[in-house]
Amino acid sequence: MSAVDEKKVNAAGQPDPNWEPNIVGFACNWCTYAGADLAGLSRMQYPPNVKLVRVPCSGRANPQFVLRAFQKGADGVLVAGCHPGDCHYATGNYFTRRRFLLFQRLLEFSGIDPRRFQARWISGAEAPKFRDVVTQMAEEVKALGPNRKLREEV
Amino acid sequence: MKRIGVFVCHCGTNIANTVDCAKVAETAKDFPGVVFACDYKYMCAEPGQVMIQEAIREHNLDGYVVAACSPRMHEPTFRKCAERAGMNPYMVEQVNIREQCSWVHADKTKGTDKSIDITRMGVAKVAQNEPLFSTTIPVTKRALVIGAGIAGIQAAIDIADAGYPVTLLDREHSMGGKMAQVDKTFPTLDCSACILTPKMVEAAQHPNIEIVTYAEVQAVDGFVGNFDVTIRKKARYVDVDKCTGCGLCSEKCPKKVASEFEMNLGTRKAIYVPFPQAVPNKPVIDAKNCRFLVEGKCGVCKKVCPTGAVDFEQKDELIVERFGSIVVATGFEQFDISKYEEYGAGRIPDVITGLHLERLMNASGPTMGKIKRPSDGKVPEKIVFIKCVGSRDEAKGRSYCSRACCMYVAKHATLIKEKIPTSKSYIFYMDVRTAGKNYEEFYTRAQNEYDAQYVRGRVSKIFQVGDKLIVRGEDSLLGRPVEIEADLVVLAAGMDPQQDAKDLARTLGISYDQHGWFTEAHPKLRPVETHTAGIFLAGACQGPKDIPDSVAQASAAAVKAAGLLSKKELTAEAQTARCDEAYCSGCGLCVSICPYKAIELKRISERVHGGTRERQVSSVNQGLCQGCGACSVACPSSAMNLKGFSNDQILAEVDALCQR
Repeated sequence: MSAVDEKKVNAAGQPDPNWEPNIVGFACNWCTYAGADLAGLSRMQYPPNVKLVRVPCSGRANPQFVLRAFQKGADGVLVAGCHPGDCHYATGNYFTRRRFLLFQRLLEFSGIDPRRFQARWISGAEAPKFRDVVTQMAEEVKALGPNRKLREEV
Repeated sequence: MKRIGVFVCHCGTNIANTVDCAKVAETAKDFPGVVFACDYKYMCAEPGQVMIQEAIREHNLDGYVVAACSPRMHEPTFRKCAERAGMNPYMVEQVNIREQCSWVHADKTKGTDKSIDITRMGVAKVAQNEPLFSTTIPVTKRALVIGAGIAGIQAAIDIADAGYPVTLLDREHSMGGKMAQVDKTFPTLDCSACILTPKMVEAAQHPNIEIVTYAEVQAVDGFVGNFDVTIRKKARYVDVDKCTGCGLCSEKCPKKVASEFEMNLGTRKAIYVPFPQAVPNKPVIDAKNCRFLVEGKCGVCKKVCPTGAVDFEQKDELIVERFGSIVVATGFEQFDISKYEEYGAGRIPDVITGLHLERLMNASGPTMGKIKRPSDGKVPEKIVFIKCVGSRDEAKGRSYCSRACCMYVAKHATLIKEKIPTSKSYIFYMDVRTAGKNYEEFYTRAQNEYDAQYVRGRVSKIFQVGDKLIVRGEDSLLGRPVEIEADLVVLAAGMDPQQDAKDLARTLGISYDQHGWFTEAHPKLRPVETHTAGIFLAGACQGPKDIPDSVAQASAAAVKAAGLLSKKELTAEAQTARCDEAYCSGCGLCVSICPYKAIELKRISERVHGGTRERQVSSVNQGLCQGCGACSVACPSSAMNLKGFSNDQILAEVDALCQR
């Protein structure tokens, strides 16, 4: 891990301009993962920082998973699912919305910049939106620099 | 420690061009648990799968990761491949290095790095995987078809012919749908009623088909093979068992209102059948317009009915029935032309739509088949058609082509020339799309033999001068403005989804696109299925369609529905929730959160300190659980977990992604 850390911060303690953020994304199988697939099918280009963990429903994404990602050194976390009202499991994303609205406030309270954690609704048809969300998030998190809060020192 | 294999697919050049597959495989060899890794041109092809099966045996693998295309595409392929080699299919994970790496990251280094990261994620998950086993659920061998237009009728007949009972439901009080309103059908110019009504009668007389008209689906519970559907039978105020369909009531009814079936060009009574060949041929009372039901006076129909079938006391009735599969065939609505203010639509009486013209041309229509202008009843000589009204127009929110309008305009021009030989048709168009069998020939004939004059360009304005309609537009081929003095303007209105399509989609739990058309599971390979198992789509509810396409799709949906009913039992989802009773405190949070009512609290007794104690724990119905996992997050003690996406599996993935 130390080699990685050296990459993130140069000798003067300044953020390395070549540093790239690592963002964990939780994508629901029916909408956002399908939207990402469509983005691929349409050959849309976006930065490779967001890596998707496939979950059946955004409602499966436990806030604890987000905390674990931050603990293990993720610089940002994205949770994305179907638009409210369009959930494959009828009501799953309403739970997501409620949970993560509260959770976001908790994260802010504990000193995490809200831009590091985002919950978005991206449908299976919204490939351009998927591209824009991950591109924008990669840029924002890159500007914020490496995540230091909640991080377990290794 | 599990023995894990990694198989990296080139997908021809789809992946290999921008991802160094050999490097991914080479790096994967160092991931914990990996005992074998290789790359190959096509993992999904037969040789690739044989290779995987040989590797399973040779290296005694416990599980494997395929780095290839999207699991939404080939996960079943690789699960079956594992099964053939004697491995539990749920010991396989697929990571997506095509849609999410090679196709979206042109930079080979970045694409390769990300592929390695997500392959590590896959390996970490497989290391936590456990074999899963599916349970079986029974199938109710009955189908429900919603919508009794031509698509619904065809689907019902096909399922019934396959030997299964079908309930054919329609919210109108006769079958037939939009096709019943049409006069003749392209490209053969068959009379619509002549080909539709025999189908309606065939369905009505089929021993396996039960027709339920004037009824709507109110709620749907349950799941594939066992849908509990609540049907609201609306009050007809006529006892259909007593009614003989003699028609005396309609004859004597004093109240006349505009007929929806005749597109408001004709009238009907308050107790009526919509058209002469209606099936079932039993009248219904329109409660809003019935004098007795509104004012408490009249009741003539009740007095004249020879069998005493009129029953003003009737109320809506709710019935719940169980069906194994559902075919949705709710069709379309004609686009509302009043959105085109510049065409005077809805304001100028002689600007009508295609469906209006169909009624004017129909021998049993309001004018007995004579084409007369709605304003003064004169026979029109110059007729202007405007195509793409409510289709291919972003400004009106209709970006799609309505598919049938080009052909029905050619049909109208042909038929008008036959009925009024001195007439002349002008057709304003953007493109002409005639992509069906014998369609292009039909269109050419309308031009060459029936003197239809096609003008390429948009119409900007229509206004009335005297009894003429001035149609002002441009001829974009000649590059100059044109003005035509017309007697009648027909707008080729496109297709819209049913206004309440979204409500039905929510009731059924199926998805719809931005316009409101129901979405198929895959546009090419699963065109009649929805994402909800056991629910199929037929006809124009899925997107604009003409009659031949609707019928073809209806038969396809019927085969899918009957195929499902033919099974003795269904394999239930294996990736379902599971409660660890040792941790469960019986708080019941999961019970209230489950959208499928799949969780119940049950009492168990357990031995504690030599005695027995009773307590409550959650129990999951494996047949009902669809595996969304909402309960697992709600559970305060992590007793509830989702098989296939367990806490341990997802956390292992998260850790693997963060460990760079």
